[in-house]
Amino acid sequence: MSATLASPAPPRAAAARNVLRWVLIGAVLLLALLPVLNRLPLDSALHVSDFVVSVTGKWITYAVLALAIDLAWGYAGILSLGHGAFFALGGYAIGMHLMRLIGPRGVYGHPTLPDFMVFLGYRELPWYWWGFDHFPFALLMALAVPGVLAAVVGFLAFRSRITGVYFSIITQALTYALMLAFFRNDMGFGGNNGFTDFKELLGMPLNTPNARAMLFYASLASLLGAYWLCTRVTRSKLGRVLVAVRDAESRVRFLGYDTTRIKLFVFVLSAVLAGLAGALYVPQVGIINPGEFSPGNSIEAVVWVAVGGRGTLVGAVLGAFSVNALKTWLTSVAPDLWLFALGGLFVAVTLFLPRGLIGLLRRREP
Amino acid sequence: MTAPVLYLDGVSVVFDGFRALNSLSLIVEPGELRAVIGPNGAGKTTMMDVITGKTRPIAGEVRFRDHDLTRLDEAAIATLGIGRKFQKPTVFDALTVFENLELALKAPRGPVACLRWALSGEAARRIEAVLDETGLASRSQDRAAILSHGQRQWLEIGMLLMQDPELLLVDEPVAGMTDQETEHTAALLRRIAGGRSVVVVEHDLEFVRALGRRVTVLHEGSVLSEGSIDHVQNDPRVVEVYLGR
Repeated sequence: MSATLASPAPPRAAAARNVLRWVLIGAVLLLALLPVLNRLPLDSALHVSDFVVSVTGKWITYAVLALAIDLAWGYAGILSLGHGAFFALGGYAIGMHLMRLIGPRGVYGHPTLPDFMVFLGYRELPWYWWGFDHFPFALLMALAVPGVLAAVVGFLAFRSRITGVYFSIITQALTYALMLAFFRNDMGFGGNNGFTDFKELLGMPLNTPNARAMLFYASLASLLGAYWLCTRVTRSKLGRVLVAVRDAESRVRFLGYDTTRIKLFVFVLSAVLAGLAGALYVPQVGIINPGEFSPGNSIEAVVWVAVGGRGTLVGAVLGAFSVNALKTWLTSVAPDLWLFALGGLFVAVTLFLPRGLIGLLRRREP
Repeated sequence: MTAPVLYLDGVSVVFDGFRALNSLSLIVEPGELRAVIGPNGAGKTTMMDVITGKTRPIAGEVRFRDHDLTRLDEAAIATLGIGRKFQKPTVFDALTVFENLELALKAPRGPVACLRWALSGEAARRIEAVLDETGLASRSQDRAAILSHGQRQWLEIGMLLMQDPELLLVDEPVAGMTDQETEHTAALLRRIAGGRSVVVVEHDLEFVRALGRRVTVLHEGSVLSEGSIDHVQNDPRVVEVYLGR
């Protein structure tokens, strides 16, 4: 076909994109090196502490959550303030598997029941715990439960043409309601203590350098996979339809697209990715409790995306890393200031950097 | 005699006792380009609303080929092949001209189909053809946000053409355009008509003259005069309505 069909990006933008690509590849390689450097002798100048490896592993799962939020918010304009719920549900699903693997090694030494169930007087495993002794089933549930919940909430909301701030409030209420529900002991999910004291995963004792490295690499591979998937979506015609829905939904409907289905598709995909992030997060931090559902967590994750630059996948990842780096530093030097800093950051980014950190790098493109 | 594409007979619309259309009759032939003019409140936009199913008449017949449009809703009428361009253009600013047209192209519209969509040679040729037809070929890779007012209007017309309508309704296309843009728009609409029928509503008499086709003058909800622009401009009733107040 003629020349107009190729996409002749302006040369400077193309060059910038090339530089960005190499920076990204470098960053990924650097990350991949961390667990290796962790094995160096303690007195080596290049030694990386256990703390750095486990914190970075955690941030990588946050980056997956940020990608999920960006796909829905940055591209399709669906601002969910409840993505922490999908993250937590994914975490709980893997947590249930980890609890089952403890087996008779619990404090009470019961052959099948986790400690909290023995304590609460359970006689047998509730039916909804069946199957969680198998890792593939637990992983499937970590993706499917958030996906199904998103499908139900999304269907009801999008079909009734609930958009914008109303949708945000509904999702915020959703995560709050789930938090209250998971706090209850009779839900069978460990009440306010949640799950902890995990022993092993896939035959690997947790809390060893090996397990830490494996979980780290699993998270990094998931981040790359999620990034590839999101790129596929955003670069396809579906990605352009999402942008069109974000900017003028009624016009898209007028062109004959069923915007309810389009939005539902991307919202469910986003929830599944958030569930995956949660499933990777819990074995690394060794605990999951209802606090993960708290509304503040979901809002914080949205701030990562806003700071990094919504509507660009790199921006979401960058935001997750940079805001969490700031948080880790600030909560150690001045813990009381963190929430003020978070709020201030959000206001500052909204006012002065509407396109986030990535907008600073890509000033040229409109 | 060929069957008309659009057939309105004795159509009346009343809003709160005000007769917006009063026994209006209009026939548009296949491939015809028709201009509809008239002072404010003459019923031009209401007529468009009746044809596209937005407003229901209290009396009269509205037919598109064999279909009774008074029984169909907006989406069904659009699917039948009636495209309408509103006064205010709504193109997608964040997308390029090419991408805007690609979204409008007839193709499966489900999320998975969109995800797996690959531009075929034939689809590319359709888009190229519309780019050429609308004179936007050189802006193909530019984002719609940076187009001029006139170019946005042509892109919007192009998006309608991608849906391959049999009848195109165009509401005040040249409002706010420069003289040169107005001329270009007239040429564009003349090119488009022929393959399909086009009805243009406009007050700009110079533009209607540039179209050079049959003109219908509406006044107080019914047809006051119909014929060539010279015939219409010399009709004493038209002169009275336009100049006599």
